[in-house]
Amino acid sequence: MAKLTKKDVKHVADLSNLTLTDEEIAKFTPQLDKIIEFIATLSEVDTTNVEPTSQTTGLTNVLREDEIKVDNMLMPETDYYKVPSILHNRS
Amino acid sequence: MNNIPLTIKETQEGLKSKKFSAVELVDSYLAQIKKYNDEYNIFLTVTEEEAYEQAKSVNQLINNSENAFEQYPLLGVTTAHKDIFLTKGVRTTAGSKILESYIPQYSATAVRRIERAGGIMIGKLNCDAFAHGSSGENSDFGTTLNPWNKKYTSGGSSSGSGAALSANMSLITTGTDTCGSIRLPANYGYSVALKPTYGAVSRYGVIAMASSLDTVGPLGRCVDDIETVFNVIKGKDGLDGNVKNYENNSQKIKFKIGIPKEFFVGGLDKEIEKNIQEVIKTYKKEDVEFVEVSLPSTKYGISVYYIIQPAEVSSNLGRFDGIRYGNDRNSFGEEAKRRIMLGSYVLSAGYYDAYYEKAMKVRTIIKNEVDEVFTKVDALIAPVAPTPAFKIGEKASDPLAMYLTDIYAATANLSGIPSLAIPSGFSSKKLPLGFQLMGPRFSEHNLFELGRKYHQEIDYKPKVAF
Amino acid sequence: MSKYITIIGLEIHIEPNTNSKMFCSCPQNHFGAKPNSQTCPICLGLPGALPIANKEAINKTIKLGLALGSKISEVSRFYRKHYFYPDLPKSFQTSQKDNPFCVGGELMGFKINHIHLEEDAGKLIHQDGNSLIDFNRSGCALIEMVTEPVFHSVEDVLKFTKELQLIARYLDISNVDMEKGTMRLEANISLSLDGKLPNYKVELKNINSFKFLEKAINAEIERQTTALDSGQKLAQETRGYDEKTKTTFSQRTKADSHDYRYFPEADLPPITSRKPYAVGPMPELPQQKRERFEETYKLSKDYIEILVSDLSRANYFEECVKLDPSLTKSIVELMINKNMDKDYPEPAGLVKKIKEITNIEYASESDLEEAIREVVYENPDIITSYKNGKGQVIGFLIGQVQKKLNGNGDPKIINIKLTEKLHVATQH
Repeated sequence: MAKLTKKDVKHVADLSNLTLTDEEIAKFTPQLDKIIEFIATLSEVDTTNVEPTSQTTGLTNVLREDEIKVDNMLMPETDYYKVPSILHNRS
Repeated sequence: MNNIPLTIKETQEGLKSKKFSAVELVDSYLAQIKKYNDEYNIFLTVTEEEAYEQAKSVNQLINNSENAFEQYPLLGVTTAHKDIFLTKGVRTTAGSKILESYIPQYSATAVRRIERAGGIMIGKLNCDAFAHGSSGENSDFGTTLNPWNKKYTSGGSSSGSGAALSANMSLITTGTDTCGSIRLPANYGYSVALKPTYGAVSRYGVIAMASSLDTVGPLGRCVDDIETVFNVIKGKDGLDGNVKNYENNSQKIKFKIGIPKEFFVGGLDKEIEKNIQEVIKTYKKEDVEFVEVSLPSTKYGISVYYIIQPAEVSSNLGRFDGIRYGNDRNSFGEEAKRRIMLGSYVLSAGYYDAYYEKAMKVRTIIKNEVDEVFTKVDALIAPVAPTPAFKIGEKASDPLAMYLTDIYAATANLSGIPSLAIPSGFSSKKLPLGFQLMGPRFSEHNLFELGRKYHQEIDYKPKVAF
Repeated sequence: MSKYITIIGLEIHIEPNTNSKMFCSCPQNHFGAKPNSQTCPICLGLPGALPIANKEAINKTIKLGLALGSKISEVSRFYRKHYFYPDLPKSFQTSQKDNPFCVGGELMGFKINHIHLEEDAGKLIHQDGNSLIDFNRSGCALIEMVTEPVFHSVEDVLKFTKELQLIARYLDISNVDMEKGTMRLEANISLSLDGKLPNYKVELKNINSFKFLEKAINAEIERQTTALDSGQKLAQETRGYDEKTKTTFSQRTKADSHDYRYFPEADLPPITSRKPYAVGPMPELPQQKRERFEETYKLSKDYIEILVSDLSRANYFEECVKLDPSLTKSIVELMINKNMDKDYPEPAGLVKKIKEITNIEYASESDLEEAIREVVYENPDIITSYKNGKGQVIGFLIGQVQKKLNGNGDPKIINIKLTEKLHVATQH
């Protein structure tokens, strides 16, 4: 498997909404690369016809009645939450 | 008050017979905290006022009600919560600078149930930031020192939860276990702890780490105490969709325990191996049968865990953007950033199939192996960690070495099964030793039975460091 | 005739009229609510909060799928769709991916790809260089339908969307009001020379009325035509419509924002759906009603459309007819031409009024004949015209007779008797 590059790390940091310094990127790159190399050993396991497990309970159809419950609602802490303006729109 | 009682039974007997009052108990615990907490860094927040208030209510209940202790199973039981449990009106940090001033507007189900059962909350416990870690060294508020030897780690991520018991600062504590985080601190601290079946206890109000792996459980000084707290916190609350009510299926009398051969390999500390052999001998005296079993995919457990967990972590930590609460994402510690990025990587376009989906499939294989083994045995015995507590700083610089500490823990979290960690001695360096018993889903009652058997056979006495 | 073939695919969001939100028990209806007054730990994305799916939102989604001939997935899952935006509190939207509730389906011959269920984000308002966020809408249930790129004209899009809106109202799954935002539309538009999908599509967003929809799509087709004609290549992008300039404008999107890193939502166990689906009885759909009205009441297509497009009026009409089938024609005419149902909230009221109008005490036969005699006598020139072939003057004469009778003449009888009289008159 190809080695992880600083560019890869920057890309992943952007995806994760993390701002990293050049120093941090330099530090994280070999660390992440080592871990990714290690976890890639999974490729040797034969998983033909195996279903993925996303949770172990085996539960299905856990549903809620369509009613309003005031108990759980929060007292508003503020009128509006404020952030500096978004220059671009959501995708 | 000279000797703080070390078990729920002793505590409640003392309260009932008026040997001491709940307020005096709080006095003693607070004194202990005041004496040692600065050095050992166990509590992040001490709720002195609230504790006295609750203690006064407890005193009243005991005085006015005949069967107060039947109605309130945790009446007078001092409790401290891992700082990942939301406590309404009381600061909750998750061990991270992101939430260093966060005051939640609601409490976790487990917290409310313990309070309703008469528990007295004494404070919030230090932990690895966002539960990322197995030593306590990843807390943004400093490492929790092991009360048995301050040069050593307390285990993590529920580091404060284990240390508070060893330091006699609380009667029971709560923690979360995503890959050993309840069992390890108990193991390094000479305490008993339960990682319950995934879905036995509601996770509502507990800051999420890995949604399909997180469990919520109690730490204490004896199996009976663990069982009492488990019974209070377990069961549906209508808020966690993965919770099933506990069903006591088969109460066993004669047990067969499997020894997974993949767990007893090179790398396991010799003292621990010897200690577990002693444990097995002890059980054999109680007519417990042992047989070797195999879990061939054990070695892949870590890789599976280190794909699924960061993926779910990267997702669950997305909400910390500083807009509605907390500080912005620059306040994340190194370990958090590492896991978030690893998670985004294994989920990203082009890598999802090879990593995340692959991991989910190998997880199925691991789970099936475990289910299969439980058709032959009632429980599995295993070490909790490959070594006893290690010196602070010894492993911190090498992230991969830290991860290997998780080998013994991962099996239970990946397959969603319960595990009970039980103390069983001390090492030559006078550090605690212990073992874990894993069982099939919803077999906690059998694990408790086995734990009690062991306690009985060795005439177990709870111990604290000071 | 443009040499380009327009290819349009639609993404339609429908806010179901459930009581509570998708994954929590806050109110679903947020119209007019004070900002951030309808939130809880779950929809505000507080740490430690967990979702539980709203049974009714799922039922309404399945109901819509059944009405459109979709296949209902036996196993459905929710997925996390990740992106960072201030109005998305968890930084992921709980939505669906591989196993949506409804797969396929079709309406008016236009194929549907799938219908899935998800939660909405909060609302952003821009003010003085800041963005203000209101999370009342965060976590609200949202049904999303994605069609295949099978529309080739604005007219097709309009008729599809209007019929879908009508069906949603018939099923009572939503108010589907575009102005209130309970129905939202996005159109993906491209132009192609050979009808095959080109390598780009332009997403047209934030369309909140049918009028805008028409204008926006036409403006975009024009823009793309001009661009292609002048040899430009068109980029994949998102655009909005500016009512003032009557053109579409680019809305810059962040690079990489499409790597949503979907994975299954472990906090929500899968949902299995098998017949019989617990969605309640399927009501008669608009097309079925149209056909039935034509067959049963023999109304004109225009009248049928007016009635069918408002379910409450269609029901009102049928209630009236039930009370007195012989009055069907009057009922329809008075409803449609005079909106008389507005004055009578109860069908029985309208029917009674109609009976009154039609059962007036008519003038006696002798009064009638007297009036006719007088009118004929008083209007010799008119009679002459009639004799000379101007048949239409009879209308004037009937009016004169009614005047003499104070409007109490039975029009049918006046007509018969007057005609008779004129015949007799002309024979002289």
